[in-house]
Amino acid sequence: MPDATPRQAEPMLEVQDLARYFDVSRPWLQRVLAGEKRRVLRAVDGVSFSIPKGTTLSLVGESGCGKSTVARLVVGLYRPTRGRVLFDGQDLEQARADAAQRRRMQMIFQDPYASLNPRWRIRDIIAEPIRAFGLTPDKAAQTLKVQELLTQVGLSPQDGEKYPHEFSGGQRQRISIARALSSNPEFLVCDEPTSALDVSVQAQILNLMKDLQQRLGLTYLFISHNLAVVRQISDRVGVMYLGRLVELAPAETLFTTPRHPYTRALMEAIPDLEMSGRQRIPVGGEVPSPINPPPGCPFHPRCPLANARCRAEVPVLIPARSTPEALVACHAVEEGRDQPEAPLPAQRIGTTATAL
Amino acid sequence: MAATNAIGRMLDSDLWWSFKRSPVTVLSAIVALVCIGGAVLAPLIAPHDPFDLASLQLMDAFKPPAWSAEGDLTYLLGTDDQGRDMLSAIMYGARVSLLVGIFATLFATMLGVAVGLLAGYTGGLVDNVLMRVADIQLTFPSILVALLVDGVVRAALPREVHDQIALFVVIFAIGISEWPKFARTVRGSTLVERNKEYVLAARVIGISRARIMVTHVLPNVLGPVLVVATLNLGLAILAEATLSFLGVGVPPTQPSLGTLIRIGNDFLMSGEWWIAIFPGLALVAMVLSVNLLGDWLRDALNPKLR
Repeated sequence: MPDATPRQAEPMLEVQDLARYFDVSRPWLQRVLAGEKRRVLRAVDGVSFSIPKGTTLSLVGESGCGKSTVARLVVGLYRPTRGRVLFDGQDLEQARADAAQRRRMQMIFQDPYASLNPRWRIRDIIAEPIRAFGLTPDKAAQTLKVQELLTQVGLSPQDGEKYPHEFSGGQRQRISIARALSSNPEFLVCDEPTSALDVSVQAQILNLMKDLQQRLGLTYLFISHNLAVVRQISDRVGVMYLGRLVELAPAETLFTTPRHPYTRALMEAIPDLEMSGRQRIPVGGEVPSPINPPPGCPFHPRCPLANARCRAEVPVLIPARSTPEALVACHAVEEGRDQPEAPLPAQRIGTTATAL
Repeated sequence: MAATNAIGRMLDSDLWWSFKRSPVTVLSAIVALVCIGGAVLAPLIAPHDPFDLASLQLMDAFKPPAWSAEGDLTYLLGTDDQGRDMLSAIMYGARVSLLVGIFATLFATMLGVAVGLLAGYTGGLVDNVLMRVADIQLTFPSILVALLVDGVVRAALPREVHDQIALFVVIFAIGISEWPKFARTVRGSTLVERNKEYVLAARVIGISRARIMVTHVLPNVLGPVLVVATLNLGLAILAEATLSFLGVGVPPTQPSLGTLIRIGNDFLMSGEWWIAIFPGLALVAMVLSVNLLGDWLRDALNPKLR
């Protein structure tokens, strides 16, 4: 399969045909009594991508499309049902078993109120990875390092004595970032780090993250449902639908010429002042259940371009016609049944965040 | 400096505020303090030593309380059939009751918290097995479990040895029958905590399971345990009294409130009512005040009831 990855850097992370199913059957006895079969939820079903060192890949999609599951698979919180994760060329399982490798990956979480232990002082929270990996020779060096990290994320060194409840959501997210940075990682998985914050604070956190990326050469896997945020931070963007990648393209290409009908629908749905009152093309129907995914292309029940082939055959990610830097999994795009020149409000995306 | 700060913080806290606001709670705190103070300080403040055989006067047996016609001011609450001062016996008895209650509760708490934490955090088969054991334990009335343990130990060990360790047997018997409550409480909170992102963050770093359980989850599940433990203290004291009343509890050389009530029970119908009634009242006061305190603590710590 061709890869849209730029060739200049080797991949920090490589994901091959990654899948994770969850058993959501009822308890054995009830199932047997009711004569039910096992129910399997396909949270992630065959996702492949790679992230070159020093760049950011974002995964976007609706709630329940499997993007958070990918994030957790990539740091080893879940074991994959199928497929492989390679961290800097090494199998993730092996990398996780080695503290020196484990130190290089860290995660930032969505909920700033749940991601810090309420009973711990900030200095202990930030120092936990330092202590776990034995990164400082003594207590004094550790204190110094914690103070340095607090300064780095824009907090005061004295804040280390406080408890999490004394901080606002944005400040807590800064503490989360400081904790993630404390093991000197190279790869950060960010699971919706800004979605629990209000818009002005989102912009601050994003700027901090971009700034840190430039200074420390970090690689990000960024999970979000907010297209404006994604446009701000990404080099490349993957669009997920029902556990699969439907489009994987450089950020600019994706936002100027989205190809997959689902990506186009997402862009259409972005609210906007200039064009308020205009006729929107709504996406009909609901997201199908990942327990009983439709046959063929998972998007076909809602897709305006669906035909018989879409209902039967699962499309694969291939370079799109006319924008080969974008990988699209769509029969209509492959066959040229779409109209890529159709007007799109893409230029407006990202204005919310940049305006701040 | 640090101490005044701590007191200042306490006087300023929500807990203190809700405490002051409830007269019943303040009253039960005072009663509990009097009971516990009397029990703990018994050797210092009790008017007589009921265990000092030399000072016992059989002539003084069956004295009624001081305010009745034949009463004697040296024996405020009267004396029993051996001429022991009831007030002193109650204070020493409450000491035994409280000791057994506290240690049985501590034992049940430690066992229950450990099991609940392990079951909740590990999940799967371990959880199923541990919680089914707890379920089975819950189907036996605690008094039955205590009787069983006591009976086995009594049969297995010679009498002198048994008398020496009787106190521990009672503590073990009561504790073992009450741990499932703690296990269930802790398991419930652990199930909530283990999926919180601070636990995931620790797992990403690669902190070991045992360490996450003890340093991350445990401090966050102890709140409800405090409430259950307080409420359980009253129950444990009652269980001990019941066992002693049935004659299978603490040895006669260390009479608890339950033992005193049993002794008094023999004389209840023959007119010496004070021998049974006063230890009974002491027991009621102690258990009721501790339970009311537990109720208050439960409500005060429940954010939904604020």
